[in-house]
Amino acid sequence: MCLAAPARVISIDEKTAVVDYQGVRTTARLDALTDDVTPGDFVLIHTGFAIKRLSPEDGEETLRLFDELTSSLTAEAEKAPPSTPSSHATQGVAEEQPEDA
Amino acid sequence: MTKHDERITPLHGAGGELMGQLLDRLVLPRFAGEEIGSIGLQSLDDGASISLPDLPGELVLTTDSHVVDPVFFPGGDIGRLAAAGTLNDLTVMGARPLALTLAAIIEEGYPVSDLERVLDSIADVLREVGTPVVCGDTKVMPAGDIDGIVLNTTGLGIADPPIGDADLRAGDCVLVSGSIGDHGMALLAAREEFHLETSLLSDVAPLWPMLRPVITAGTVRAMKDPTRGGLASALNDMARKSQTCIEIEEDAVPILDAVRGLSDLLGISPYDVANEGKAVMIVAEENAQATLSLLRDHPLGKDAAIIGRVTDEHPGRVILATPIGGRRFLDMPLGDPVPRIC
Amino acid sequence: MARPFSFTDPKRAKALSDAIRILAPPDPYKIVHVCGTHEMAITQSGLRRFLPDTVDLLEGPGCPVCVTPATDIDAAAEIARTGAIVCTFGDMIRVPGSHTSLDALRTEGCDVRTVLSADEALRIARDTTQDVVFFAVGFETTTPMTAVICLDDPPPNLSILVSHKLIPQAMAALLNLPDNRIAAYLAPGHVSTIIGLAPYEEWLRERRIPTVVGGFEPLDILYAVALLLRQSRDGVASVENGYPRAVDDNGSPAARALVNEVFQVVDVAWRGIGVIRQSGLSLRPRFAQLDARQRFDVGITEEADEIPGCRCPDILTAQAVPSDCPLFATRCTPLAPVGPCMVGTEGACNIWFRYNGERSL
Repeated sequence: MCLAAPARVISIDEKTAVVDYQGVRTTARLDALTDDVTPGDFVLIHTGFAIKRLSPEDGEETLRLFDELTSSLTAEAEKAPPSTPSSHATQGVAEEQPEDA
Repeated sequence: MTKHDERITPLHGAGGELMGQLLDRLVLPRFAGEEIGSIGLQSLDDGASISLPDLPGELVLTTDSHVVDPVFFPGGDIGRLAAAGTLNDLTVMGARPLALTLAAIIEEGYPVSDLERVLDSIADVLREVGTPVVCGDTKVMPAGDIDGIVLNTTGLGIADPPIGDADLRAGDCVLVSGSIGDHGMALLAAREEFHLETSLLSDVAPLWPMLRPVITAGTVRAMKDPTRGGLASALNDMARKSQTCIEIEEDAVPILDAVRGLSDLLGISPYDVANEGKAVMIVAEENAQATLSLLRDHPLGKDAAIIGRVTDEHPGRVILATPIGGRRFLDMPLGDPVPRIC
Repeated sequence: MARPFSFTDPKRAKALSDAIRILAPPDPYKIVHVCGTHEMAITQSGLRRFLPDTVDLLEGPGCPVCVTPATDIDAAAEIARTGAIVCTFGDMIRVPGSHTSLDALRTEGCDVRTVLSADEALRIARDTTQDVVFFAVGFETTTPMTAVICLDDPPPNLSILVSHKLIPQAMAALLNLPDNRIAAYLAPGHVSTIIGLAPYEEWLRERRIPTVVGGFEPLDILYAVALLLRQSRDGVASVENGYPRAVDDNGSPAARALVNEVFQVVDVAWRGIGVIRQSGLSLRPRFAQLDARQRFDVGITEEADEIPGCRCPDILTAQAVPSDCPLFATRCTPLAPVGPCMVGTEGACNIWFRYNGERSL
């Protein structure tokens, strides 16, 4: 129950904003939004109500998080010994530590 | 077997799965019979062909009834839709349009000025293509017994040879003549209760001027116009009839920004909604670039693209290669799309 | 104009997929998500082929239309037949209750309308003197909006048929099922925008199940899966925010305040599962005049409805797959659904049917 699409805030009148989804304009209510928003910001909108403010920097930060994770995991894998199946936690807490060389 | 309390529902008219089943159960057993041309009722194509002795090629016949709400929508109206729709059914069967009939069923009290606007739209389209309306019919029904106006248009053309929608072979290329989803999304956006504003217009337009040179080149193996049920319906139809697999590269499908925006906010896929000024066609690989150039020579074809190919991997199915590099089936839509929140 | 906040880069997808393969344990690892939108995103992007065979990403009871009790739909139908205008979201329109769907009622002349927003129901009510009933379904993402219209000086002809549910309780309930083999949870992104991380931490402390809140772009989901596998590799079990651009750890206090003002938590039945304690909402007594259940005299469903042969309960709780059900694809199909899993397009059986039961292409 989570379909929410990002739209750009064009103008705000009290608790209602005019928003733009790639050239399609409509209004969205701001009553349920904790964040402050100003025209030019993006918001995530679910059933006609804004639920979160998004900024373009958030987009870049997201990519940075992806890249940071993959590079750190690749680095860890390069240091680890080749394919000894380590015991993983398949349910709850692992019973023993992963095997180390 | 028909249950005694079975009723027709809107799903039956939506151009998807249920309508297909209705035709299979009720229509074909009664009316499919002796073949009088190469494309008959059983083909359930955009029209049918009729061969006559001493006639090079075949006559092509098609009919459509048109109900649209609202009658006047961004980019057109029921008149433009009816005329272009029938001309396009002829065109995608490879037929040069010869003549149209026009029948109108009108609700008592309908404004004559609205009727004039509708008729003017029809005349505009016909002028563009050079095809006359040669006969017609008018009925008036009591107020409330029908909603506004319903049009029926029948088109007659000549094709040498007729182009069906089932001659697909592994290795062929799939092309579309332009952006997908415009008409269906424009009409959804026009619904008052959605309170949406956009400059997106229906793409409703006659295809004959753009497609004439493509048809003349003689290289189109199969063609359809993806109207109700959208590109998904048209591609699934072609894949099923030919028992081949159609693989589409999602990134290659032209989609306007506004259509993507509406898709995001309504939760409806552009593949599932109608196009009224587009064609999807199958050509052998060696002819794909030349066909693309011919399409792009015409203003309506400026966004034309090669969007995929025919394979034999999953016969009868349509597969999408997704932007991240995944693959999934593209299904035949079940009924008219509804907005979703989940 | 490129689509904003779209994350579909195939190179990054491959990098995350490679990382997942490195992290994946040799034994079967079952990740459960509880969001129809996640399932839609996964299947629409063909994401499962990026996961190794040992990692299963299954949908739990995340399809709100699938878990709405048949008797709630029956109540909405009864209300529609009185002549009231019934408004609900498009997802609900074709879902069958015990006898009929709301869409089918239109052929009887009932005024059933699809709305994109609770706000639209309010607008409709302000424009007419007829009774207008908003059939309010959805999880925590959707609940604040219903609360807003209850507080926005609604006209006397508006009432709400409340069928909202709370998803963390369902997540906890699944863990109570014997032999559930859930290794990790992919928590719903936009629900978390509202509720934050705290509700998952409450029961996670005892259960030690790695939980990552995930977004809905394809890369968001792969990222969340990688974070889950990393937790398991390291033998930790915590609640991690894998969707920080849209989720503050503390959620949205303003939205929660609205919900708390209008609703109270009650026990409700989930279609195909049964009663889950404290997993539903009803209007607080001071909003009684807005309660359609009271106005039209229809009760809350507290009993589970059972369909003989239907294995939805096991499928909804991610313990069985659709092909395990004897009714699947024989008596139960998308055009003639028997159980809730076949009903919505995000229901597990509906998806399985349309994909010929293949795990991925």
